This record gives sequence, C-alpha cells and structure tokens, in this order.
Amino acid sequence: MKSDSTIKSLDPRITRADIPKDEELKIEIAPLDQWQTYEVFHQTKKGDHHVHVGSLHAPNPEIAFLSAKEQYARRGKCVNIWVVKTADIFSTDYETEDMYENNSEKMYREAGGYKVMEKINKYKKEHKKPEAAKNEEVKS
Amino acid sequence: MYGGGYIYDDTNNNNNQTDDAQKLEAFEARIAAGEKIEPQDWMPADYRKQLIRMIEQHAHSEIIGALPEGTWITRAPGFRRKLALMAKVQDEVGHAQLLYSAAETLGKSREDMINDLITGKSKYSNVFNYPAETWADTAVIAWLIDAGAIINQVANSKGSYGPYCRALERICTEESFHLKYGHDNVVFLATGTPTQRAMVQDALNRWWPPIMHFFGPSDKISVHTETMMRWKLKMASNDDMRQKFLDMYVPKIWDLGLTIPDPNLRKDEATGQWQYTEPDWDEFKKVINGGGPCNKERLAVRKMAEERGEWVRKALMKRDEQYITPLA
Repeated sequence: MKSDSTIKSLDPRITRADIPKDEELKIEIAPLDQWQTYEVFHQTKKGDHHVHVGSLHAPNPEIAFLSAKEQYARRGKCVNIWVVKTADIFSTDYETEDMYENNSEKMYREAGGYKVMEKINKYKKEHKKPEAAKNEEVKS
Repeated sequence: MYGGGYIYDDTNNNNNQTDDAQKLEAFEARIAAGEKIEPQDWMPADYRKQLIRMIEQHAHSEIIGALPEGTWITRAPGFRRKLALMAKVQDEVGHAQLLYSAAETLGKSREDMINDLITGKSKYSNVFNYPAETWADTAVIAWLIDAGAIINQVANSKGSYGPYCRALERICTEESFHLKYGHDNVVFLATGTPTQRAMVQDALNRWWPPIMHFFGPSDKISVHTETMMRWKLKMASNDDMRQKFLDMYVPKIWDLGLTIPDPNLRKDEATGQWQYTEPDWDEFKKVINGGGPCNKERLAVRKMAEERGEWVRKALMKRDEQYITPLA
C-alpha cells in the first residue's frame, strides 16, 4: 500500500520500493563497508604480458574476479585476469628510480657498446687486394 | 559517461596551505613536459584537493546519471532497446566504480565519498536533477548529454593525473556505443510518425537548457580555470567545450528538421563562434544547491540502495580485512 509518505516517481520501480519521503539521512557508511581493495591485471591475448589496469573493492577473490570482469573486461579483448590484494603488493618509490638508470659506465652490457665497423673499414682499406685496387684505378 | 565540464566549488574554501616552492617548480615543469603524475609522486595540496573533488563528482554523476535513464528500462519500446538501455545503464555504474578507484588513489576512501554523496555534501552533474519524462528524453540524454560528456572526457583524458586519464580512456571506449545508441533512437523518432517527431522535439526543448548548463558557467565568471588548466586538470575552458559541442551537434540536430529552443542560436561566420542566449545561471545555482525537480528523489534512492544493501556487504565482510589505498 502506498502512502503519501513514500516517494512517487516516474520510475515505477522507485515507486514500488516504498522509499520514505523527507526522511533525515540516518545511514552512515562505516570504514571497510566497501571491503578491501584488489589490483587487477589483464591479458588481452595469450602470449602477452598481464598488464595492470586498475583496482576494485571486494571481500574475496571470487567477487574480485566478478567485478574485474564487469569493470575491466566489458569491451575489447581479454583472455585472462589476475587479481591481487593491494596489501600484498610491494613496490619501490619513484624517489629511488635513479637506481634503475643505465649509465654510460655499463655500456659493456649494451649492443650499442660494441662498435666494430670502424675497425673493419680501416682494416679493409689497409689490406686491399691488388686486383681490387687495380679495378678501382680503372674505374676512376 | 557523464562528466560535466563544471566542477562545483565552494570558493570560500580555498586551501591556503603553502607548498614547497622548489618542489612546486619541479612539479609544474613535469606537467609542462607532458609527464603524468602518479599517486606516489609529490603534488601540491591544492592539486590533490581539486582532483579528488573533480573525480569524485564525476563518479557521483555516473551513479546518479543512471537513474533518469533507468526510469525507462521497464517500459522501453521493444526488447532490443530494453537490452541496450540496460547495457548502457550498467556501463555508467561501472564508470562510477572506475572513477571512485581513481579518486581513492589520492587518499579519500570510498566510504567517505559515498557518505558525502548521500548527505548532499558532494555535488554531481546538475543535469541529473531533471526528470526523463518520456522515452524520447532517454534518447536525447543518451545522444546529447553523452556527446557533451565525451567532449569533456576526451579532452581531460590528456590531462596530468595518470589514474584519472587511464580511467577516462577506458570510459570513452564504452561511451562511443552510448552516443551511437542515442543517435539511433533520436533518428528513429525524428524520421517516424508526426507523434514520434513531436515527442522527440518536446524532449529536446526540455533538455536544451540543461545541456547548455552542462559545461558550466561562462569563463568570465568561472573561478580557478587558470590554475586548473596550467596543472592540466582541465584541458579546455567551459566556453570552448560548449562551442565545440554546438559546432558538432547543432548541424546534426538541424539535419533532422528539429528546432532548438533558442531564437538567438546561430554561427557567426566571421568569427566561427556560436552565438546563443546566455543560459540562466541563477536557475543552475538553484538546482545544484538542491532546488531542482529531482534532487530529493535522487539522493533518497541512492540512500535506500546503500541502506538496503548494507546487510549483504556486512555478511561478506571478513574479520581480518584491512584497507590499503589502491596503488594506481
């Protein structure tokens, strides 16, 4: 039965819900009401890396998977999802990011640290075969 | 996809905390160089505050924005439209989740954000304080409100805060379906019977003023724009976004032979700028402060959902749970 004290809406579902009108707000959402957070990683194609796409709230991994599917795999391709409790992730600070820098002292670890063409060309020039030398003379 | 250009601000509440000048300079240099700021990075207190407010209001807008459209799920004309509308409304609620997560990386808990929404402390996009009176209203909302939101969100996805930009990119992908779906519905009505045409014209007449309000007050009276733009929290001014919207959508509306209820609306060919009647900003302020036709219903519904769902959330809670701010 509808009384004058409940909300009449254009939306019949809201009218049916018997929501009290002008009621003072009594509810207060307590800390952790929305549960803990999980970080979500998804893989768009088998063989690719899993990539972090964001976080969500869930009380357990099963619900985390459900929300991850709805929030991060609604469009586009996804073949696999990982969820990890935020609390279980350890990360470094951006303040220490210089420790990952590749400096010039470590060029021996880089492909670019090995330059051989100069030596090869110099060697070739100094050891030209006589015929080749002759041919070049003819050409010029 | 409901992020309006206008972010409500109490201008008397400006943060007077001073930031380390050296750090501030380095921070602004990073932004100028196009770098993204991540949650663990140093940021000015005011940058954090503005961002929380902005992302939170955007999230609330998604969740409240699902209500006017949801009104018509039970009476959608045909099963295909009903399915599409449900998918759209579900998208919007999902967007709220993504945005709350992005806001949380800045240190405000989701519970605090929900409390601020249901007590009326936080605002949401003003357009959702108006009712969707007919099916055609949902068509106009899905087409033109989402179009406005896309313009705003595409611009802001190139902003400076990493988690917000990434959430916006994901949201924009989903929005493209909303826009097409809304356009399809408007075109169907506009090319239909005289009754259908009249219905969509009526809806357009009703929604035009809220649409013009959507991007927020004119730059002349809008505060904060300069710092917000330097910090790349806002990527285009309210007026620029309104102009872009008019440029893209007025011709499409006129193509259908529909009229726009503003006798002064025209494009000045010399300047390339649209002329229009200045929206009624007093009405806008009245509605955003609780005086709109649906403010009370929107909050009551939201509160009812929190209240009646509480036992489920409690039942699933575990004793050893702990809250950690999400990483990114």
